Amino acid sequence: MSLGYLERGYLEKDELPPFPSKERLKKKAVAYIECPQPIPCSPCFESCPANAIEMKNINDPPKVDYEKCTGCMKCIRVCPGLAIFMLRLRDDGMGEVTLQYEFLPWLKKGDRVKLYNRKGEEIGEGVVNWVLPPERNDNTSLVRVEVPAELIFEVRAVRPVGVKA
Amino acid sequence: MVKTESGRLQEHPIVDFKRGGEVTIYFNGQPIKAYEGETVAAALYAAGVRVFSRSFRWHRPRGFFCAIGKCSACMMEVDGIPNVRTCKVYVRDGMQVRTQSGLPDAEKDVFSILDDVIDKVFPHGSHYSKFTTSKRAREFMVKRMRKFTGFGNPPRAVFQGKAELEETETDVLVVGGGPGGMSAAINAGKYGAKVLLVDENAFLGGQLVKQTHRFFGSAKERAGTRGIRIAGILEEELNSIENVEVRKETRVFGIYNGEAGAYQRLDDENGKLLKIRAKKIVVATGAYERTLIFENNDLPGVYGAGGVQTLMNVYGIKPGDMGLIVGSGNVGLILTYQLMQAGVNVAAIVEAMPRIGGYFVHAAKVRRLGVPIYVRHTILKAKGRKSVEGAVIAKLDDKWQPIPGTEKEIKCDFICVAVGLSPTHELLYQAGCEMKFVPELGGIVPLRSRFNETSVKGLYVAGDVAGIEEATAAIMEGRVAGIHAAVTLGYGGEEAKKELEEAVKEIEEFRAGPFGERIVNGLKKCTLESEVVS
Ligand SMILES: Cc1cc2nc3c(=O)[nH]c(=O)nc-3n(C[C@H](O)[C@H](O)[C@H](O)COP(=O)(O)OP(=O)(O)OC[C@H]3O[C@@H](n4cnc5c(N)ncnc54)[C@H](O)[C@@H]3O)c2cc1C
Ligand code: SF4
Ligand code: SF4
Ligand code: FES
Repeated sequence: MSLGYLERGYLEKDELPPFPSKERLKKKAVAYIECPQPIPCSPCFESCPANAIEMKNINDPPKVDYEKCTGCMKCIRVCPGLAIFMLRLRDDGMGEVTLQYEFLPWLKKGDRVKLYNRKGEEIGEGVVNWVLPPERNDNTSLVRVEVPAELIFEVRAVRPVGVKA
Repeated sequence: MVKTESGRLQEHPIVDFKRGGEVTIYFNGQPIKAYEGETVAAALYAAGVRVFSRSFRWHRPRGFFCAIGKCSACMMEVDGIPNVRTCKVYVRDGMQVRTQSGLPDAEKDVFSILDDVIDKVFPHGSHYSKFTTSKRAREFMVKRMRKFTGFGNPPRAVFQGKAELEETETDVLVVGGGPGGMSAAINAGKYGAKVLLVDENAFLGGQLVKQTHRFFGSAKERAGTRGIRIAGILEEELNSIENVEVRKETRVFGIYNGEAGAYQRLDDENGKLLKIRAKKIVVATGAYERTLIFENNDLPGVYGAGGVQTLMNVYGIKPGDMGLIVGSGNVGLILTYQLMQAGVNVAAIVEAMPRIGGYFVHAAKVRRLGVPIYVRHTILKAKGRKSVEGAVIAKLDDKWQPIPGTEKEIKCDFICVAVGLSPTHELLYQAGCEMKFVPELGGIVPLRSRFNETSVKGLYVAGDVAGIEEATAAIMEGRVAGIHAAVTLGYGGEEAKKELEEAVKEIEEFRAGPFGERIVNGLKKCTLESEVVS
């Protein structure tokens, strides 16, 4: 097992799971899971109604079958590792990333947010276009942000504009 | 941005802090506002008190460390009674709290001068060589030295309370109401065994009560659910079983051949001395936090990671503005995330190993929020006079030695030591269990069968006391111990035996990954030949 990501705390390009195809990303949102290390954890696997997540045993890292994934978001609601991102490419050339969000102030539709990559570097601004409010998911809000299409594999955290880091 | 007022968090993304009525306590004579349900230590911290005591010998300032009654750094005189751990007593209107071993008090202590001059005139160890020439000089010095070491003054108040003796009998006694203990009680109780569960705290849940994050593991062990909620779910289950009795604020102080002695606090004046005769005993007393050696590691502001979690997630008190985390195991990583949720910044996480110790996903969570993680780094010293004002870290070479020239100063006002836990094993020693030092399991642990029975027949262990692991494992171990205790007492029949085998298998599978490897290796060193359940 390569130790790279365990020295850094983030995944480099070559350590990422395979990308879903453009066609799949355009159809509807798909779960993209960044959880490469064998850890005893399985709620994503157990919550998936479409059998889209493969996990041989509780220590096996999850693998998503992008064709089976219906984008239902059951897994991203419960993942304790905040390791699941729903990705989508829209026809208008923009992309969407949905991520788990557990900070104050809570984000609302229409909020402008700063975008951060896996290393915590600021890589632009985006707009929240949908949220699952925290009270509907035991205080883990889901936030969907509109970002430039080429950033859907980059944006991994957001903070409201105007709140200092 | 999280709103705070007088050191207390007014809002939090996960926890809704329910504070009781406002009361006033007196700290060295000064009135301090507090809320019912807060411990004295928590209320003092919120009011800005950082120096809780002075060290034994050189009168160095000491702050709190563990916040769960296991380190004694927070001892003060409370209502005339010396050496009270202020992190374990709750505030009461009019309470008089005084620091001890400091003149006039711990904050301004005039003897603290000792700390500056002592090394020059009286270097460490010199009490063996100085003042030894004449017996009188020696006796004189010993007396003087005794004077300002020692803890506090003789009690000014006499404990007026009454404690009646109560003798009671049960099938299974469970000591400790964390996930391990609750699970043991549930699983023995559900097959019909009469169970008594005791915990020294006023609440059940053990370490779970400060874990605001969603748990790992499998859905059956409630993964994806927040630790704080798991505590509630288990407690409800416990309460639904009729033959399980729970006694809170009840501390077991000894186990003598199947009988346990305990003290149950009823209120300020009344208590009970319990003599509990139990056919089986499950010890699930958890663990305490370790510290790390570095310069000034006793400075107020250097806290246990769990201590900070308690302060912040249980009492809603802000530990500081900028933290430094030492240790990148799950505890350090999770704490970092939780600090940020409470609006506290984290300057960095340092880790001596060449790789992050905890789960990658926990590290990724804080890394993407901009917290640097320095692997192969250590903390050299904490800076500050009465409390932490900064820290110096440095890179380590292959032999774990700091590399000169790589020192870096970190600005922070508190430091969390998250370098692991050690089992709270005192009761096991006292009960006569065969113990062994197993580093993989966090320290000195009891030998045990694969059903978690120790070398003392009928005495079981579950959870962190059996070896440092995590809550999911504690729940699984509790299940094994609880069912085995019930089965060997004749409860549950075939169904229980079947579940027992399943429970053992489940925990084996849980430990089958790389994170479980260490535990499995540790267990190999302390597993007793086990009997087959017939
Ligand atoms: C920051 C942090 C994050 C964690 N994250 C996770 C996670 O994501 N997933 C996970 O599975 N685990 C996690 N854990 C670990 C988990 O919390 C512990 O392993 C678990 O709580 C251990 O349970 P236990 O029942 O053995 O002990 P504890 O929870 O420590 O409970 C022991 C209880 O025994 C009581 N007690 C002790 N002595 C006596 C006595 N003499 N008489 C009466 N009562 C006594 C204590 O008051 C306490 O309530 C985390 C721990 C920490 C600190
Ligand atoms: S989004 Fe739904 S279908 Fe897709 S992996 Fe997650 S749970 Fe399964
Ligand atoms: S639930 Fe999240 S952390 Fe757990 S295995 Fe699935 S992706 Fe990884
Ligand atoms: S005993 Fe109170 S802080 Fe450790």
